[in-house]
Amino acid sequence: MRPALFWSAASLAIVLMLLLAVAFGTVPLTISEVGHALAGTGEPTNIAIVRTLRLPRAVLALLVGAALGMAGAALQGSLRNALAEPYLLGVSGGAAVGAVAAVAVGLTGAAFVPVAAFAGAAVAVALALVVSRAATGSAEPRALLMAGVIVGAFANAAIMVALAGARPNTVRGALWWMMGSVADASWTHVAWLAVYTAAGGGALIWFARDIDVLALGEEPAASLGLDVDRAARRIYLLSSLLAAATVAAAGLVGFVGLVVPHLVRAAGIHRHRALLAGSALSGAALVIGADLAARVLRPPTELPLGAITALIGVPFFLVQLTRRS
Amino acid sequence: MIDFRNVSVRYRRAPQLALSQVSFSATTGAVTAIVGPNGSGKSTLVRALLRRIPLETGSILMGGIPIDRVSRRALARQLAIVTQREESHYAQPVRDAVALGRYPHQGHWRAALAEDDAAVQQGIELAGIGDLADRSTAELSGGEWQRVRLARALAQGGSALVLDEPTTFLDVSHEMAAFELLATLARGGTAVLVVSHQLNLVARFADAIIVLNRGEVVASGSPDDVMQASVLESVYEWPLVIVRDPAVGAPALIPLRSRSWRGDVRG
Repeated sequence: MRPALFWSAASLAIVLMLLLAVAFGTVPLTISEVGHALAGTGEPTNIAIVRTLRLPRAVLALLVGAALGMAGAALQGSLRNALAEPYLLGVSGGAAVGAVAAVAVGLTGAAFVPVAAFAGAAVAVALALVVSRAATGSAEPRALLMAGVIVGAFANAAIMVALAGARPNTVRGALWWMMGSVADASWTHVAWLAVYTAAGGGALIWFARDIDVLALGEEPAASLGLDVDRAARRIYLLSSLLAAATVAAAGLVGFVGLVVPHLVRAAGIHRHRALLAGSALSGAALVIGADLAARVLRPPTELPLGAITALIGVPFFLVQLTRRS
Repeated sequence: MIDFRNVSVRYRRAPQLALSQVSFSATTGAVTAIVGPNGSGKSTLVRALLRRIPLETGSILMGGIPIDRVSRRALARQLAIVTQREESHYAQPVRDAVALGRYPHQGHWRAALAEDDAAVQQGIELAGIGDLADRSTAELSGGEWQRVRLARALAQGGSALVLDEPTTFLDVSHEMAAFELLATLARGGTAVLVVSHQLNLVARFADAIIVLNRGEVVASGSPDDVMQASVLESVYEWPLVIVRDPAVGAPALIPLRSRSWRGDVRG
């Protein structure tokens, strides 16, 4: 695919997915009804459905996808590993431990869970960085990946322990959250995630050339005048911030960060500034679409969003693995 | 001009110094070669130039200024280093890979100016990769990739060029072409420092040779001074003879078959 075609296709896909996400559901709406509801005219029920239920949900999905896409692109580039993504690196696992711990001790308020998720992610990131530094003296990618995977495994074990003695209701709540969902979206969620996505994504785009250079390897990057350890740490922390914010807003949505940068690279986009922007667009379209599928595939049951993205992501992951070996 | 002054380097928790009181100069307008057996400290020396390891003693000067006194990007505008290994992780057009050499000039946001494009084009032409410029880095052979990396270092500009084993993947003609290019660059006013295993090639092209062994400079001088069997035998711990290259008269090293012949050679 040519890059110009990719940009139009990705933008079109987002608009299309947003329209479909707002129109489809238990109460199907026509495009003109959606238009009227958005404008504040038309039936009050439709206005309520569109403005307070479906639109914030679709926009939250958009932000989750954009943030995860950018985090994946930045991690894959700076760690020089095409399989890197926040889900595999312990960042999401740490966030999940924080959130599940909060739920398990009864702090289920909308204010507590995201804060706890952030704290968990921060601990996981710090742990991975400290362990990899102790092992190699620098934040060397292989050591960092290994440390992240180990921290993630530890996080999963911690979640099991936290849930072992919990009441069934708590377990179901935590489980739903670990499978990812934007069902509880509100404009407050959207606003918070928008702030983090804009700040973290904006900073990554600002430092995008550092990722271009880091992708060459540590010594070649150093020969071009980059402070390699500092730049790599900065990219890792910014990506982690984005991932943690999405976990706080929507739980664990895996594989978006893995799949999306590959699609964008396949379209012939390789410089990281464009790759980040393209991954934001494609990730947004993918997650809005996945959430739509989660809502409409088996009504009235809602499928977990994280499961849908994983169902798309896992086969892709396997193909990627066989191609590499 | 690159100056090493009493540079010592020790790796974390290592009992021995990786570099011990190393002093030498790679002067402007000359090709200076660093040779030595495996583990002699050649790569450590390049890593010190990259500021990837702290110096225990001494200093490295670039144009008379210690390299840790200037910003990394300012240093990279003066000093380009082609490191020993580099994998091409993500495919990109060759021209874009070469254009990354302008990073120290452009920083995070500045777009390419005419001078950047000119430097990239010059790097491509000097390295002789004009026919590769529009291809993807994924399609390149080891030798082609090596020349693309050289082009990137040339696009970086600057007054000094350091190459760590630049001809590892090159066949005879490209190896010769690469060294011819280094000699030409030196005559044009660049300080060229090349780390190489290729003693015979180095002896033909270098103006000065520095022999490292176990982290210390054990010999230095012109190729004729350094290419002595007495010097090199003890460094490489292998019997060898020095002959004259029949074509150009440069000293050339011929290693002998096995250690057991040592007595015969000496006798």
